[in-house]
Amino acid sequence: MATATLSPTTISKAALFEAQAAKAGARRNRLLSLPALIIIGIFGVLPLLIICVYSFLVAAPYGGVQWHFSADAYLNFLFQRDIFDDTLQFTPDFLIIYLRSFLFAVVTTVICLLLGFPTAYFMATRPPAQRNWWVLMITIPFWSNLLVRTLAIMFIIRDEGLINNALIGLGVIDKPITMLYTNFAIQLGLLYAFLPFMVLPLYSSLEKLDFRLIEAGYDLYATRRQVLWRVIIPLSKPGIIAGCLLVFIPALGAYVTPLILGGGIHLMIGDLIAQQFGSGRNWPLGCAQALILMAAVLVALYFYVRNTSGKVQHG
Amino acid sequence: MGEPRIMDIKDQPGFRTIAIICLLVLYVPVLILMIFSLNSGSLVTHWEGVTLGWYGTALLNEEFHSAARNTMIISVTATIVSTICATLAAIGMTRVKPWPGLAAAFMVINLPLMVPEIITAVATLSFFALIAGTLGLNFGIGNLILAHTVFCIPFAYMPIRARLEDMDLTLEYAAADLYATPWNAFRRITLPLLVPGIMSGAALAFIVSFDDFTITQLVAGPGQTTLPLYIWNQIRRPMTPEINAISTILLMVSILFVSVSFLIARRRAK
Amino acid sequence: MSRKKLMAAVSSAVLLWAVPALADGELHIYNWGDYTNPKLIEKFEKQYNIKVTLDDYDSNETMLSKVRAGNSGYDIVVPSDYTVKIMIDEGLLEKTEPNAMPNGKNIDPRFLNIYWDSGRHYTVPWQFGTTAFAVNTDKYKGDIDTLAILFNPPDELKGQINVLDDVNTVMHAAERYAGVPRCGADKANLKKVNDILMAAKPSWKTFSYDTITKITSGDVIVTEQWNGATYRSRQKIPAIKYSYPKEGIEGWMDNVAVLKGAKNLDNAKLFQDFLMLPENAAMISDFAGYDNGIAGSHKFLTPDFANSPELNPPAGAPTPEFVPPCPPDVVEIYNKIWTNLRK
Repeated sequence: MATATLSPTTISKAALFEAQAAKAGARRNRLLSLPALIIIGIFGVLPLLIICVYSFLVAAPYGGVQWHFSADAYLNFLFQRDIFDDTLQFTPDFLIIYLRSFLFAVVTTVICLLLGFPTAYFMATRPPAQRNWWVLMITIPFWSNLLVRTLAIMFIIRDEGLINNALIGLGVIDKPITMLYTNFAIQLGLLYAFLPFMVLPLYSSLEKLDFRLIEAGYDLYATRRQVLWRVIIPLSKPGIIAGCLLVFIPALGAYVTPLILGGGIHLMIGDLIAQQFGSGRNWPLGCAQALILMAAVLVALYFYVRNTSGKVQHG
Repeated sequence: MGEPRIMDIKDQPGFRTIAIICLLVLYVPVLILMIFSLNSGSLVTHWEGVTLGWYGTALLNEEFHSAARNTMIISVTATIVSTICATLAAIGMTRVKPWPGLAAAFMVINLPLMVPEIITAVATLSFFALIAGTLGLNFGIGNLILAHTVFCIPFAYMPIRARLEDMDLTLEYAAADLYATPWNAFRRITLPLLVPGIMSGAALAFIVSFDDFTITQLVAGPGQTTLPLYIWNQIRRPMTPEINAISTILLMVSILFVSVSFLIARRRAK
Repeated sequence: MSRKKLMAAVSSAVLLWAVPALADGELHIYNWGDYTNPKLIEKFEKQYNIKVTLDDYDSNETMLSKVRAGNSGYDIVVPSDYTVKIMIDEGLLEKTEPNAMPNGKNIDPRFLNIYWDSGRHYTVPWQFGTTAFAVNTDKYKGDIDTLAILFNPPDELKGQINVLDDVNTVMHAAERYAGVPRCGADKANLKKVNDILMAAKPSWKTFSYDTITKITSGDVIVTEQWNGATYRSRQKIPAIKYSYPKEGIEGWMDNVAVLKGAKNLDNAKLFQDFLMLPENAAMISDFAGYDNGIAGSHKFLTPDFANSPELNPPAGAPTPEFVPPCPPDVVEIYNKIWTNLRK
């Protein structure tokens, strides 16, 4: 192919053209993101600013806030005045609750991944015509109401419930195994609620897996396990990360499921914060607790996006 | 020597079993829920016999009708709007040269994901009350739809982004080489490839909006009670199997609706 | 049909379905969940040709949050006694003078000059009841008429108790058990109460409002409960018995109030008047399962319900105590004790 002579003017014109194209591209991309950003900006971020303001106010006795400035809510996160003698003491209670929620969220994410990956892979390897039906199958249980579904779970695991009655009837045990209102129940509820949030992003990523690469792996005498670990999993990394984020972050703040299945004794962050707006009547504390949680998650997310964006892949 | 066994390259040991078990386990509580809707006893915990009576009560229940109507309007609209916004944003933010503000945009989009629900509820209530008070703006049920759209966007966004990352760009370059306009390339190459991601995102957005209770409770105005609200607010009262009947009816209707749409789409595609 | 036309048709159908029917006037009611007899609403709608919308809430706090935020759009709310006092003090309620309405004479004299609305200038009784606890006497045979069951339970009841997730109910009960006055600011007394609560918590299984399910499913043997809920539970398990603790028992009343600035003020007043007719009040009780504050309504109730032990305290039982909201500084300490207890 004959190459045109590259004079300095041609080069700079080409460079100029490319720069313009790049700018137009960036502008186009910004525009594309605009609808989402505007909606969330106005109806998501602005309301949060109100919460930030509330966190620096004083609680009104029957709920709500009084417009006096006070950083007590943040102070109370780590230090509390003893109710009766007013001395300031370090209280690890909230930290313990945060840690508990964190552990639940981590376990939920890990188990969802271990169970969700095979499920998503299975769905992705069905014949193309069937795949949409499998997506439906996974989501249909969640079109029933959450509370009624949780009541059904309670029916299964309570002391006089399905599992215990079956086991006692079969003579496997004589006293019921306590499952309801324990950490086990909370974990079960979280797993159940968040499984589709892991499976669907994974499916979305696995579905486009190019099986020629897997075939190539087998051609190179790889075992099934090697193909799994060295071809399939790395190729599905975006799906894995998306699924983990969609499970871990909401699981941290999960409210309804832990409340009902845990009975209100084992507090998690969601219950704790919700209480401040209900019978606890301390809105500023609730706001502060939420902001501290969000700050931690935001920092982690920031590092994620810095590491994964800008990777333009060529097929 | 017999025929060599053809190896299914897609098969991974144990995956099929785990998948089937997961799906079955997911359905057990739903089946129990549905079976209990036939319970002739008046409590949700004791089985006393079979009856269709609760379906009758549910179908005649005005509050159920209006709650179901509201739920469908809000969730379907929020799902559609949030999926569209999420798709556009995902395209503009994945596999592209980082534009200034990309990291911040990503965090904004995922912000609703990390806010505890009660906080979103209080914040949105205060915000809408503020704009109603100072600007006189009240969008009616639009308030709820907007609130739902906000938290649905990140759930729709992540699966679509996951699909786009690592997606093969050569197909789009090929389209460009063949003189396709960007819009045509998008419509006929990128979009069809994105469909599984978009479907996953829409499914997640719908689930999240459909079941929302905390945020809806504080943001809903008169006549805007949704189904989760209606059911949850009975928690201090004797809960009868009517709520099971209600859940089952809505479940069946949703399945019917989606199956019909699917079949219509399939027939058009043929 | 082209796809566009189909979409248009479907959208119009959906919109038409979603638009409410037009009537003479409207009324927007905000009440507790599952607390309003639909037949009562139908009767009201027919009698006055008013279109009623009914929405629910699950706690006074939720309702207060929405009302305080302003522009809630509701005309009628149904706050509990202490919440009425708070709302009147904050200027959130309309002074509709139910005592002067045509049916105002039917208000039970016991509930005319109560602390939250003396003389009934703002509110009309909806339902009232007592709060104590219920025990499944199949599983526990001892004396149940004492708060020691909740705060110092015998061994077989440890870990089998559900407590209401309500700061007032639990604090007041603990104060009665400790023998100290309600809303007292004395630090020593409050410390005593705090210690009783912290000592009792390990014996409690759950904090929940879902009391009927908890006791009838066998999850717990004892649950703090409202009397009407016990009546319902007893229909399932006859051995469930409502306690009348000798240390004292809490009374509560939910009242129908009109929000200040309500758009449909006249219709709201009509509704308040409507509720004071004995047969209408009986309709409320019939559905909600509690006693009402309108004289002459008992003859419209089923005898089994009207004569039940939950509605009729035995001789010698303490009088139900309606406790006013405490002064703000005491409430602050209450809230701190409660947050400390619940975390």
